[in-house]
Amino acid sequence: MTEIRWHSRAGQGAVTGAKGLGSVVATTGKQVQAYALYGSAKRGAAMNAYNRIDDEPITNQETKMFPDYVFVIDPALAFTDDITKNDKPDTQYIITTHLSKEDLISQIPALQDKADRTFVVDCMQISLDTIGRAMPNTPILGAFMKISKMYELDFFLDSMKKVLSKFPQKIIDANMEAITRAYNEVK
Amino acid sequence: MAKEFELNEVEVWDGNYAASQALRQAQIDVVAAYPITPSTPIVESYGAYVANGYVDGEYVMVESEHGAMSGCVGAAAAGGRVATATSSQGFALMAEVLYQASGMRLPIVLTVVNRALASPLNVRGDHSDMYLGRDSGWVQIDAFNAQEAYDLTLCSFRIGEHLDVRLPVMMHQDGFTTSHKAQNVYPLKDDVAYKFVGDYVPVDDMLDFSRPVTHGAQTEEDWHYEHKAKQHKALMDSRTVIDEVFAEFKELTGREYKRVESYMMEDAEVALVLLGSSVETAVLAAKQLREEEGLKVGVVAPRCFRPFPYDLVRDALDVPSLKAVCCLDKSAPGGAMGALFNEVSAAAYSTKARPIMTNYIYGLGGRDFAVDEAKRIMKEQKAHADAGHITTDIQQFSGLRGPKLGFFQTRRG
Repeated sequence: MTEIRWHSRAGQGAVTGAKGLGSVVATTGKQVQAYALYGSAKRGAAMNAYNRIDDEPITNQETKMFPDYVFVIDPALAFTDDITKNDKPDTQYIITTHLSKEDLISQIPALQDKADRTFVVDCMQISLDTIGRAMPNTPILGAFMKISKMYELDFFLDSMKKVLSKFPQKIIDANMEAITRAYNEVK
Repeated sequence: MAKEFELNEVEVWDGNYAASQALRQAQIDVVAAYPITPSTPIVESYGAYVANGYVDGEYVMVESEHGAMSGCVGAAAAGGRVATATSSQGFALMAEVLYQASGMRLPIVLTVVNRALASPLNVRGDHSDMYLGRDSGWVQIDAFNAQEAYDLTLCSFRIGEHLDVRLPVMMHQDGFTTSHKAQNVYPLKDDVAYKFVGDYVPVDDMLDFSRPVTHGAQTEEDWHYEHKAKQHKALMDSRTVIDEVFAEFKELTGREYKRVESYMMEDAEVALVLLGSSVETAVLAAKQLREEEGLKVGVVAPRCFRPFPYDLVRDALDVPSLKAVCCLDKSAPGGAMGALFNEVSAAAYSTKARPIMTNYIYGLGGRDFAVDEAKRIMKEQKAHADAGHITTDIQQFSGLRGPKLGFFQTRRG
């Protein structure tokens, strides 16, 4: 079982991102869950989304998880959310920030013994450059592919094209570029 | 002619979308709806299918849930296949008309996304609305995940519209936990799904002008009792039809449903009985406890909440090794023991084993039900079994903050 917790703000596409990842994974014969805790949350409110991935049908309906990966897709949430909640000794963190990894970790006490499993990528700037607005949900998945080695980049890009097929070609192309850049730039 | 919807062999759908797709495939004549969280996406998606040509039927926007169910009653009496969706306060506002629908023997399908009832206002999932429908004379079927929400919505049409049943059917799923959690769903192709549901056969339809009929007549002490007794008999007799429909669905898909689902009960010493998505978490906890501690735990889950499967619950609990059973109710009991506890205890009383029965209230307003908490409750049942009597209060509260709350003590042992 692989478990992922997203830290996001409502409106940044974490639920869409979690469902998109789930859709790609399901095509490879694996079982997935993609869900969120939001309810009556308003745009901009801090929220969590979640993924579970396994070879067997997943019957755990508990919301809380002990994540293998934590995605922080809003830069400020790294400072204000409890991002290391229910941490495991090998939980890996992928954090959106314009800061260098050293600068970020030096400002977040909870991450200071986790430098070897913390990764940074500026999904905000990447999505502004490519998609034209701050939409960090797809680039974070590019970074995730690099860190987790779950799938080859080309396979993931092809799969995401199908997931995004209802969008205009321009938006699909921009998302592909964003995923590729995050894959290459995550440190 | 409605367009075919292109579906993949495996889709990643949440429970709401799964239910909406099943409604689309059933080719309903009239959906009258008023959206409410967390069931809103069911009718929202359905509205999009209508607008985009995937449905031939009518979509009627009404002014309230009372209006929605009233519209459904009118359309069903006129002779159409009819369905809608609701939750919580919307369900409560429908309550009056729910009894009209069942009394008039109209096979409406209502997909209910279970949610807490105010006050305090809460949008999250518990079983308050499902319990509110208990005595309304509807068949109530409970899906534990999104795949089941899809499958059992298709089955609901078959059950309710069966000429030996002719009763409305509620298809329940848990708010957010199921309705908003995407998972692998294996849908049927449109033509296969429709063939399973079948063409609608009208009975005493008001649009048959060659044969005028009266619906919703008044009966006082002369006939009311006979009508209600007959309605109750129809509900009780629907058990065999439900079994047949589930058997036919298994034949088609390989997916098996029973009026009472039973897990690892063959040699169980203790068991939990519960409803909804928590069943899956409890089964996981039971498997883990068997592996980790060798504790023989089983889980029993009424798939069919109404007609209450007294017969099959008794069969499930009539295990010689069974010593202690805990029934978990996800609805505020309002000054009583939990309703599931009362009904399951009555069934257990007619078994040879007569296990110790206890009650937990849990998960109100969407409070998370943890695997570890399920295990703790299971181990507590083992302590009752070892002592030979209930070692705690009979009714307790799981996952409640503040002082421990409990009611009533045993006089056995």
